[in-house]
Amino acid sequence: MATETLGATAVVPKRKIVSELTQQRARAARLFLIPMLIALAIVAGWPLLRSIYFSFTDASLTNLAGAEWIGFGNYLRWQVLDSGAVRYRGLLVDPNWWNAVWNTVRFAFTSVAFEAVLGMIVALVLNAEFKGRGIVRAAILIPWAIPTIVSARMWSWMLNDQFGILNDLGMRLGLLSQKVAWTASADTAMTAVLIVDIWKTTPFMALLILAGLQMIPKDIYEAAEIDGVHPVKQFFKITLPLVRPALMVAIIFRLLDALRIFDLIYVLTPNSAATKTMSVLARENLFDFDKFAYGSAMSTLLFLIIALLTILYIWLGRVRFDGGDR
Amino acid sequence: MTASFDLWKFTKWVLFYLLVAFIVVVSVFPFYYAVLTSFKSGTALFQINYWPTSFSLNNYWNVLNTGSFPRNLLNSIFVSSVTVLLALFIAITASFALSRVRFRGRGLLLMTILGISMFPQMAVLAGLFELIRFMGIYNTPWALIFSYTIFTLPFTVWVLTTFMRDLPVEIEEAAIVDGATPWVIITRVFMPLMWPALVTTGLLAFIGAWNEFLFALTFTSSNDTRTVPVAIALLSGSTQYEIPWGNIMAASVIVTVPLVILVLVFQRKIVSGLTAGGVKG
Repeated sequence: MATETLGATAVVPKRKIVSELTQQRARAARLFLIPMLIALAIVAGWPLLRSIYFSFTDASLTNLAGAEWIGFGNYLRWQVLDSGAVRYRGLLVDPNWWNAVWNTVRFAFTSVAFEAVLGMIVALVLNAEFKGRGIVRAAILIPWAIPTIVSARMWSWMLNDQFGILNDLGMRLGLLSQKVAWTASADTAMTAVLIVDIWKTTPFMALLILAGLQMIPKDIYEAAEIDGVHPVKQFFKITLPLVRPALMVAIIFRLLDALRIFDLIYVLTPNSAATKTMSVLARENLFDFDKFAYGSAMSTLLFLIIALLTILYIWLGRVRFDGGDR
Repeated sequence: MTASFDLWKFTKWVLFYLLVAFIVVVSVFPFYYAVLTSFKSGTALFQINYWPTSFSLNNYWNVLNTGSFPRNLLNSIFVSSVTVLLALFIAITASFALSRVRFRGRGLLLMTILGISMFPQMAVLAGLFELIRFMGIYNTPWALIFSYTIFTLPFTVWVLTTFMRDLPVEIEEAAIVDGATPWVIITRVFMPLMWPALVTTGLLAFIGAWNEFLFALTFTSSNDTRTVPVAIALLSGSTQYEIPWGNIMAASVIVTVPLVILVLVFQRKIVSGLTAGGVKG
């Protein structure tokens, strides 16, 4: 309240006196925001702080209340052996963790790269005028509408080594020489996860890119047509630069989403070290291995990584905050 | 000359429609195959067919009459509906303040909200677990309603804010001249204009809550309190080699058909809502 009046008086000399109405609106706004702020503080702020706190303790699942502060021990601790050698322990030297980090990063970048290219193709198709466009748009919404868990199970049936239709199709078309245990074998598990994820999220990417495409004024293309610019050149010189902001926002958004992937991998390739991501490993430590504090340390690091990328996203998308001031 | 020109045009046309057909088939096939499998029973399940060959409702009967799947369905409906209503209720007033009133720190607040909506849910899992145990709502639907607020609330606030920002200022000015308070402006002036946006946002938030897995898996522990995604993920036979694929596909189809219908009916609105919010459902 005090700061509000202070800020207001500072402006007074230049603008007209702050009216009763503006003050009333500011008061109402503050009142209107309180429920949301309280809800977010309880459901997001506090649990986040507690999770970070737990990562600095020796908490276990059965004894949360008796957790004691141990500093950075979960992240890195060392011990000097009698022989004089130093042994490092903790998350930062845990090969399982770095394997999970590598899996997550590999998954996120590969899937988003494919989704961007395929999403662009689908968006270009949808942006063209042709008979049956409505059907295509309806069809691509189906993968998006299907719950991730359901699509994971549908695909694990289709990818089944013995009775899966994809092995059958691959062999009929001569693409596969023998049946592949897609989800079970370490070599193909990541490919299986990527196939399902790309299938499921390309539509989302395509819709975001399509929205960007539709904002490009048509007369630019007409002018290019008159000048005899080849369609391929039109795409690289006109479409791509103009759709780039929308594309970047979509890519970064999907990247953030892919970095926290949990459900698809948990269901499609359980217990496979080849696909275990940061989220899967963190939950395993929290609730299955009774290493609550260690799991908290993993989720804290995951949070830090994603927080850095979120700042990047908001920085790139800040255009949205300007304009529309009322 | 003209003939070869037409041929080139024709080839382009054919290639384009091949691409279109490919996109449609790839999008729809997995769902089609799930429906196909759900109507097979016994040994027919293990014969690979591309077209319907047998028709049996056995799997549907099994899923709906044995186990706790009907209960899981009710849980999902209850949790998702209450979550969405709660989020919309809190979000309407908040987004009015964020979109129509100038105050200091508004940009920062909006960024924080956007940031929370991109939160990795894993980051709060440990703290939420403690809080939910402390509140005594572990293994109840309330644990899920409580925790789902973390993604439904920022999402609804964000989308409704973008929408309200676009409402013409003249309407509001007229109401102010008539002496309307902000509360009256929201309930009497904006609400009637906002129904389409509320429906779209609510639907997207509903889909998000309906599909949620991590919290549902962690905060419920018995068959009777689970939601549908967890039930489907944990549906298994007596041994790990005896996965009841028929039942799983039937359950999947039951869960997915309402969503697919809703999405197809509200197609246009959903597309505009998704692109306005730039948020994944």
